Amino acid sequence: MLVEFAMMHAWLVPLLPALAFLVIVFLTRPFEKLSAIIAVGSMAIACVIASFAAYGIFTNHEYTKTPLVYAAKWLSLGMPGVTDSLMVHVGVQLDPVSAMMMFMVSFISTFIFLYSVGYMKGDPGYSVFFAYLSLFGASMLLLVISSNLLQMFVAWELVGLCSYLLIGFYTHKISAREAAKKAFVTCRVADFGLLLGLLALQITFGTLNLVELGEKIHNFQEYTSIGMLTLIAVLVFIGPIGKSGQFPLHVWLPDAMEGPTPVSALIHAATMVVAGVYLVGRTMFLFHEVESAMQLVAVTGAFTALFAATIALTQREIKRILAYSTVSQLGYMMLALGVGSLTAGMFHMWTHAFFKALMFLAAGSVLTALHHKADVWEMGGLIKKMPITGWTFVIGGLAIAGIPPFAGFWSKDEILVATLAEGHYVLFAMAAFTAFLTAFYMWRMIFLVFFGDEKPENHPQESPWTMTVPLIVLAVGAIGAGWFGTPWYNVWAEWIYFGEPHHGPINYGAMLLSIVLAGSGIYLAYTMYLKDAQKKRARKLAEWFGPVYRMLYNKYYIDELYLWFNHALVDGTARLFYLFDLYVVDGLVNGIGTFTKSSGDGLRVFQTGRLQNYALIFFLGVLAVAVLVTFTGPSAASLVLGGVK
Amino acid sequence: METSIYAVVAFYGLAATILGAATMVVFMRNIVHSVLFLAITFIAMAGLFLSLDADFIAAVQVLVYAGAVCIMIVLGIMVIQRTDMNETNLFNKQIMAGAGLTALTVAFGAIFAGRTAWVELVAADAVPANTVDAIGALLLSKYVIPFEVAALLLLVALVGAIVLARDEEVQANADN
Amino acid sequence: MLTISLTHYVVLSALLFSIGLFGVLTKRNAVAVLICIELMLNAVNINLVAFSKYITPLDFTGQIFSIFVITVAAAEVGVGLAIIIAIYRNRLTVDLDNFDWLKW
Repeated sequence: MLVEFAMMHAWLVPLLPALAFLVIVFLTRPFEKLSAIIAVGSMAIACVIASFAAYGIFTNHEYTKTPLVYAAKWLSLGMPGVTDSLMVHVGVQLDPVSAMMMFMVSFISTFIFLYSVGYMKGDPGYSVFFAYLSLFGASMLLLVISSNLLQMFVAWELVGLCSYLLIGFYTHKISAREAAKKAFVTCRVADFGLLLGLLALQITFGTLNLVELGEKIHNFQEYTSIGMLTLIAVLVFIGPIGKSGQFPLHVWLPDAMEGPTPVSALIHAATMVVAGVYLVGRTMFLFHEVESAMQLVAVTGAFTALFAATIALTQREIKRILAYSTVSQLGYMMLALGVGSLTAGMFHMWTHAFFKALMFLAAGSVLTALHHKADVWEMGGLIKKMPITGWTFVIGGLAIAGIPPFAGFWSKDEILVATLAEGHYVLFAMAAFTAFLTAFYMWRMIFLVFFGDEKPENHPQESPWTMTVPLIVLAVGAIGAGWFGTPWYNVWAEWIYFGEPHHGPINYGAMLLSIVLAGSGIYLAYTMYLKDAQKKRARKLAEWFGPVYRMLYNKYYIDELYLWFNHALVDGTARLFYLFDLYVVDGLVNGIGTFTKSSGDGLRVFQTGRLQNYALIFFLGVLAVAVLVTFTGPSAASLVLGGVK
Repeated sequence: METSIYAVVAFYGLAATILGAATMVVFMRNIVHSVLFLAITFIAMAGLFLSLDADFIAAVQVLVYAGAVCIMIVLGIMVIQRTDMNETNLFNKQIMAGAGLTALTVAFGAIFAGRTAWVELVAADAVPANTVDAIGALLLSKYVIPFEVAALLLLVALVGAIVLARDEEVQANADN
Repeated sequence: MLTISLTHYVVLSALLFSIGLFGVLTKRNAVAVLICIELMLNAVNINLVAFSKYITPLDFTGQIFSIFVITVAAAEVGVGLAIIIAIYRNRLTVDLDNFDWLKW
């Protein structure tokens, strides 16, 4: 009964936070407690509905083949009855992928909203923050359950807007404002590609409904060539490159950490940034048909994973390290999708949401305790004063490093196995090396922050229950979220897959390699940052590899490159266009003005204002008319002069 | 149609007077002299009307034009002009253009006149001896509405002229 | 030569009209322009009366028309002079060359 209701009313899931947004903005903004209760409460109810709907989906294998879709006509352009007329629907599409995603987003959102209650205490924009969060939750859930790519695009832009608003939430900080702008503009560049891709899809296939599109693209030869389809796939992939922080548009994501920590956890780790992965997963039928696009996705993902992991090695700010780790893990997910394993990609997205949200929230807890001192080198030994934060962070660290039985191990293993099974050995090597780096830089941070000597100038305190409860819940997720997809008991692969579910043989070699790499990464971090209290080796290593270290610390100078590029190309062309504007456009406008003025000056001679001048010309006209009438006859004259015949 | 020699002499004499006096009106440098020649033109015109068997129009011409209009203009000049009346009626700068246009008008008038079949237009009947009776009857029967409108027009012109010409400062001073 | 026909009157009228036109176009004094307009109106009257005599001698249309012309001319002189007086009071001149405010 309840399950039935939840499945048929899944649109309530995004609607409730949207209503919360409206209520907070228009009614309860002055009442901070009430606003927080409304936001958390609406998201909790949405989560309950989402859970029931997900339960309904995950108990009936029918839905893996035919998704539950219900839609309303949104707008219809063109003639009725004409097949080419544009029809746009809004609707809900529930299948295991979207149900999992809907549950995950609402579940994590609920706990991050709860965490924000404590974290944002005393902030002047308390209610506004919850309004934004609710709007974000609504947009993200709308994106997840969209049955239609245009609807998804609208939600996609809405989450982008929320991201912008929340990154720049501390409007008094210049860096936050700049970061918000950077995020918005970077994503806009990518969204343009996505928009072009969607337009091309609509033009080529005449629909944007996911189900229809899936069927039509399966027989795409009837509609278009493989070249066109490749172009469409690449254009569509540009959107996820921006949204999911893939190289080369990853630059906004680390800067986005200027926003409040719950925002970083919710938007820039667990949900919004995986929207790109989700979009690729949803349009898997498109990428599946285009071999080269798949390879592009895989290579982009693997490269991003390695690239971001190397940057994370040298960063000093706690949230920045986590941000690069997010970029790296998103690369993993793309790699999984690129090698054709929707199962592995979605699985890693699922586990990553838990442990990365957990780590961000724990980092937020640390930052609150240390009054927003972010440099990991100035922390140490915090686990004694903040046991809950510390141990949950350690759980997150074990999960992301890939130590069994924590969640990250299973999903990462799934990706490595899938890569190997498809025969991408280079990509496998990159992914495996990235796993080693991940374990190293994560545990470098953990050892520096939570272990070792306490710093006397720090006076940390454990955070209130609203902050620690979400940590504990997410820590449970970080431990157990991966048990759905172990090689021995892989319930995940039976529900979430593209094409046919596949059960490869259990690859103990890959598993062992992954454990060894993670373990050695952690051990290396241990020897360098915990055992060696003076950190001599770390310093020496940085000196040996001076240029490399500096390059990594400066993030491969990508930002500088973009700045230079912007300076040289954009400003250069702008200057060119400025000159064009100055001389051609303005010249044209001024020319028209000058022409008018000078012709006015010329005609002014006739505008003497003197009565007799006018009389003279008037009589000349009379004479001309008289001559005309006399010599051409009245009828011909009336042709020239007009008037009644 | 034969015309008596007196009528011919009268026409040419009157025509010469009219044109000569009109030319003097235009070319006199003193405005008062212009008005004097204007009166001569009007009176000669009345004579011309008599030769056209329009004795009522001739009378009206003398009464209205030679009498009322000329006197009014002289009064206007008295109100307006300075005491020295020399050089009060000069030409402006577009005299050449005006002359050219006038010459053009005359030339085209001649051309138009040459193209018109005057003889065919002329009616056989003669004008009745007594015109005043007929005009009076027509004015109060067939043309009564234009006649009344003309009366109204004169009234409006009268009031308008008074309003326009009234000096409000003088009026204010008179009130004090 | 010894016959005075309609043509004679029409030519006379045309000449008088041209003289009046010349005056209207070239005189500086506003009163003089008014006078010349009277000349032009009189030229029209000659035409009307001559046509009346030669073309419709029994209808008196031309004569009655010229009566109205005279009426209107009288009114026109009255109002015109009043306007000239009003302008003169403001500008202390009746020189039409100075009355070029129309161009502003």
